[in-house]
Amino acid sequence: MALYAARRRRNAVAMALSLAATLFGLGWLVLILGVLVWQGLSGLSLSVFTEMTPPPGSDGGLLNPIIGSLILTSLAVLIGTPVGILAGTYLAEYGRYERLSSVVRFINDILLSAPSIVVGLFVYEVMVATMGHFSGVAGAVALGIIVVPVVVRTTEDMLTLVPKELREAAAALGMPRAVVIARISYRAARAGMITGVLLALARISGETAPLLFTSLNNQFWSTDLNAPMASLPIVIFQFALSPYVEWQKLAWSGALIITASVLTLSIIARILAAPRKSS
Amino acid sequence: MNVASLSVPTVVHTAPHDPDLAEKINIRNLSFYYGEVPALKNISLPLRENKVTAFIGPSGCGKSTLLRVLNRMYDLYPNQRAEGEILLDGKDILSPQQDINLLRARIGMVFQKPTPFPMSIYENIAFGIRLYERLPKSVLDGRVESSLRRAALWDEVKDKLGANGLGLSGGQQQRLCIARTVAVKPEVILLDEPCSALDPISTAKIEELIDELKADYTIVMVTHNMQQAARVSDSTAFMYLGELIEVGSTTHMFTSPRDRRTQDYITGRFG
Repeated sequence: MALYAARRRRNAVAMALSLAATLFGLGWLVLILGVLVWQGLSGLSLSVFTEMTPPPGSDGGLLNPIIGSLILTSLAVLIGTPVGILAGTYLAEYGRYERLSSVVRFINDILLSAPSIVVGLFVYEVMVATMGHFSGVAGAVALGIIVVPVVVRTTEDMLTLVPKELREAAAALGMPRAVVIARISYRAARAGMITGVLLALARISGETAPLLFTSLNNQFWSTDLNAPMASLPIVIFQFALSPYVEWQKLAWSGALIITASVLTLSIIARILAAPRKSS
Repeated sequence: MNVASLSVPTVVHTAPHDPDLAEKINIRNLSFYYGEVPALKNISLPLRENKVTAFIGPSGCGKSTLLRVLNRMYDLYPNQRAEGEILLDGKDILSPQQDINLLRARIGMVFQKPTPFPMSIYENIAFGIRLYERLPKSVLDGRVESSLRRAALWDEVKDKLGANGLGLSGGQQQRLCIARTVAVKPEVILLDEPCSALDPISTAKIEELIDELKADYTIVMVTHNMQQAARVSDSTAFMYLGELIEVGSTTHMFTSPRDRRTQDYITGRFG
């Protein structure tokens, strides 16, 4: 009985410690979100979405960085998704039993955890330096490189989850490999694969480092991919560090906008990934 | 080491087989390896046209492996190889010249677990047909219907052809898989323990179906269930540890088996 009581005490202590750690971690998160909402909401108005970034000391909005971010991230997803899905397909389907797969998987894991500033520097060397100027397209490529490993990983994981019985059943009808993958495996793994792309999108929408060396920033309205392009993270970086109150306010609003869109993407991803009822 | 020299000669009951019956498939000296591990040892066995042949034996005896060699399902995986010959209408399907997809169109397969594709009931059937034939919509509709009727599923699903195949019950899903297999007009149908995941009523329906299907197809089935083999098959092959021990007409096998191990197995002494 003494043994049992001791075990119960240990359990209570462990529970209390875990709970305390959870509350400690969550507390900071709530604080961050609270400050963000508090500061961001006060500056949020219609003009944030309709006006350009202002010169110091006057009012304006965030229209050009919002549009810039939308262009950069969509282009990055367009660049990164096909590469990621095809590579993930190789790993899970064609090359599942090949030696090359484990090498590719290992390199992909390195890329997945590589600091994004390294990716920015790489694209700077390869594109910005050779072209001689900063450009939106360089920013999109840098973000695209960050998208690739995320999509490779989720695609491979989701395709690996497709039961082998389903593949065998398709093959037993005489379906060629490519048809089995495109029409059966992809269909069975679709929700998870889309979730992966959404998570990658969420990941890059807040990335600042890779854009510093590539798309830089633009005070004016521009959709020219060959020219520097504004983006929310860079504008937040610049405005938040400035001494001007108007700029600081806009930085808070921008941060709130990014956080809200990442939250929305994550919620959509969660809904898609939730197991569907089979009826 | 020569595996063949170790194996006991298979007991073959010759008398009950009608010699006039055509042999659809003839397996000759077949050995199969998972890597270096032999799973089938020098098996020779005829499979007769428009008959049901059942493979029985304890778990791990190689009966499913043998079935999966017949449509070369093992080709999907590395390090699995077969030696010997399997003649389908006299042509060796193990030869490298054999087109695997065309082979699988001629030899269909239904698996232990029902595996409807994640699409509508209609599409589950139409998908396979479209792989081989380009048909106008009305003809395709007819083929889907006749396939579903063939699998005794039409009346249950005719009002919900657009519904997802995964929404059907287990027994219905298995009949959908049979309909899907039948739809591509194979000559041989392989059934890998088709009822082991089903309840008794669904099992009875599938068994009835197998009995009807053999008029048009050569059927080979693996079963754990000896009563099922006795009920539905014309010939039975008993396998043990990768060897074919005995093969003959089902009545003969179940009433007067010649090998001690066959007798022990069918009387439930092991397995």
